Amino acid sequence: MTLRRYLILALVTLTAAFGDTCLARGMKAFPPVSLSHPQALIHAIVSPWILAGIVLLTGFFASYLTALSFADLTYVLPATSMGYVIMTILARFWLHEHVSPGRWLGLLFITAGVGFVARGPSYTETDSVLPVLRPELEEVVS
Amino acid sequence: MIRTVALFPTVGMVGAIVITATAGDILTASAMRQIGDLDVIRNQRGLSGAALSVITNGRFGLGVLFLALSFFSLLYGLNHRDLSLIGPAATSLTFVSNAVAARIFLRENVDHRRWAAALFVCIGVALLAF
Repeated sequence: MTLRRYLILALVTLTAAFGDTCLARGMKAFPPVSLSHPQALIHAIVSPWILAGIVLLTGFFASYLTALSFADLTYVLPATSMGYVIMTILARFWLHEHVSPGRWLGLLFITAGVGFVARGPSYTETDSVLPVLRPELEEVVS
Repeated sequence: MIRTVALFPTVGMVGAIVITATAGDILTASAMRQIGDLDVIRNQRGLSGAALSVITNGRFGLGVLFLALSFFSLLYGLNHRDLSLIGPAATSLTFVSNAVAARIFLRENVDHRRWAAALFVCIGVALLAF
């Protein structure tokens, strides 16, 4: 794992947390949306906070796909779950939401889970789903 | 009796979200593994070439379809049950189902460290409901 790859994992974590928080911040400004009047959501999309959330979550998906191209799914998912911790901290101190002791305990469990994968290998080399664009592996197979 | 009757639809809703989300994650991860390291592709063909290699991959398209199904299943679940029940239940179970599916379908080396990580994150996400 290079520094660049750690930065991509950090980007996955941060864009997810800030993206969801921006969406929550934007939606709090609107009255509850009924499923019988979904057109009310169109007004929400032009809100600056919602737009910022959509841009950040688009960045999340791009960086998530990049991470999956060099690391295992079972490595990426726990490693980027620190986003829950950042999201809860943002909810507490930026959105001023109440965070119960049970939630703080949950964050401790998530942090411990991230610690388990942080020092392990990030990628399993298998020939079951051979990456078709890696010439050195194609040579080995042929 | 009433609680038993209400339990089955809830299990069905959470199950639908977990199954479609797992299928989406596995197909997407499999597609990215098939495509190869995006950094290498971007160096060879540029950003548009890397984006094109992802968008034109059939497995990726199928994965996105399942992720969309998972999103709509979540919306359906939220329409019938509380977010504090559906959200953590579906998210935490998806961590475990992804670990099982990644071991079977992607042949990932899910060692004791990764099992522990999946279980700890699963418990942690479930606790976020309280």
